[in-house]
Amino acid sequence: MNMRRFFLIAVPYVWLLALFLIPFFIVFKISLSDLALSIPPYTPTMKDGIGQMIKAFDFENFVFLTTDDLYWKAYLSSLKIALFSTVLALLVGYPMAYGMARAPEEWRPTLMMLVILPFWTSFLIRVYAWVGILSNEGFLNQFLLWTGVISTPLAIMNTTTAVYIGIVYTYLPFMILPIYAALDRLDESLIEAAQDLGCSRTKAFWLVTVPLSRSGIIAGCFLVFIPALGEFVIPSLLGGSGTLMIGKVLFEEFFNNRDWPVASAVAVILLLILIVPIILFQRNQQRQAEAET
Amino acid sequence: MRRASWFNVTALTLGFAFLYLPMVLLVIYSFNSSKLVTVWAGFSTKWYGELLQNEAFLDAAVITLKVAVASSTLATILGTMAAYVLVRGGRFLGRTLFSGMIYAPLVMPEVITGLSLLLLFIGIGLDRGVLTIVLAHTTFSMCYVSVVVSSRLVSFDRSLEEAALDLGCSPFDAFRLVTLPIIAPAVISGWLLAFTLSLDDLVIASFTTGPSSTTLPIKIWSAVRLGVSPEINALSTIMIGIVTVGVISASLVSKRNAVKAQQDMQAAERGAT
Repeated sequence: MNMRRFFLIAVPYVWLLALFLIPFFIVFKISLSDLALSIPPYTPTMKDGIGQMIKAFDFENFVFLTTDDLYWKAYLSSLKIALFSTVLALLVGYPMAYGMARAPEEWRPTLMMLVILPFWTSFLIRVYAWVGILSNEGFLNQFLLWTGVISTPLAIMNTTTAVYIGIVYTYLPFMILPIYAALDRLDESLIEAAQDLGCSRTKAFWLVTVPLSRSGIIAGCFLVFIPALGEFVIPSLLGGSGTLMIGKVLFEEFFNNRDWPVASAVAVILLLILIVPIILFQRNQQRQAEAET
Repeated sequence: MRRASWFNVTALTLGFAFLYLPMVLLVIYSFNSSKLVTVWAGFSTKWYGELLQNEAFLDAAVITLKVAVASSTLATILGTMAAYVLVRGGRFLGRTLFSGMIYAPLVMPEVITGLSLLLLFIGIGLDRGVLTIVLAHTTFSMCYVSVVVSSRLVSFDRSLEEAALDLGCSPFDAFRLVTLPIIAPAVISGWLLAFTLSLDDLVIASFTTGPSSTTLPIKIWSAVRLGVSPEINALSTIMIGIVTVGVISASLVSKRNAVKAQQDMQAAERGAT
């Protein structure tokens, strides 16, 4: 019995230690190393002995990140893009979640499935679908030219606007689902009570519905913000060379420049930035779980 | 039913149009005979034919499926174990660290996971290829499986297990005969989730792949970076079709099971009176 329990705990534990936690320490270690023209392209390695290795550590790569303004611009621009996309996703997602929660009971499973279905389809394909829509001779420009709204094609593709559209589009289900769950639990008699007590419909919405769906809003926002911050595919495919995002910088630093120590330092800083929203998100989830029990 | 419902209907219509229009256009234009993807020139299935002739894509598809089956099966076993440990394991040394390691990969940027795994594989001298992608995919998808399975484990009545133990089952038999059938739907959806995550992954696979093992997303990525192509539209349509059929039939099955469970309950109540 005890052997079995030990085995049950040890197997997934060791797996995660070896393939999740230890790799982070390796990233951290390499971020403190110097670039070398060899394979692997960094010094020092463990072969030189631990003492030698630690002696050679320095914060050169982190200093480099602060001197080259490419990096801090990329961090700032990632934060800005992630923040604005989260707000946009909330503005699009909240009315949808609200509409779903107020829809007739028998429609809800179908609506729910329609929200979840895109989540199961390939992320890459969904982003790619926008290339054909947003490009200069794409569907959107064709349509707008045909209706006569514009006379020259709009340049949306390869701009930050395209990145916003892409992020809102791919992460919208993550915004809708927690808000819908919160609105679905909401006791409608509370809204009726507010109206009986003289609130207008709008006032009842802002004073009752929105505060009571707060935990859903917070969860949805973090579920969009956190992955958007390190996003690589969307800025690379839709943003072109003009859009600076840190996930893309890391990828290029690693594959194109082959500067592993700097790529690792970029990753360490990104992780430090993410710790705050991740902890806030976990806290929100815990509070919600406690409120339910 | 309510006065503002025109607003709800508009929000839902526009929202779903936004979610589905891009994919609908992609599907329609995969049947376009013109090489110019955005100019309609008549119905044709020739891009599907060309896709089937394209051996690079077929090879990549086979590798992707192998990786997805292997990693999702491993992830389901490990993830179910982890869920059981989290929900039923009681206290043990490093429990907080363990649950942290289950939840952290869910919110970790893919570039960081990919980079860290690659550095590990190089550090221990493991050649990159199918094996390393399987290891990488198993690691992040086992966390998703464990979240799905543990939510099911939390909600079910523990006394059922205890009854089996009282009636003389060994703990393993109690798990096999009582717990497993009850959590089976969650285990299956966990497997499906892990499978799709693996099929879909570009970033982590790019980091952990070797020269001989190109997966389908990597192949698609290198093609779409050059712009829209009708062959990729055809491939996308096939993938969207498979997912749509899968999700709709899964929801029909679960609906039928729910109806059946309800009927069983009613029959049991009738029997009791």
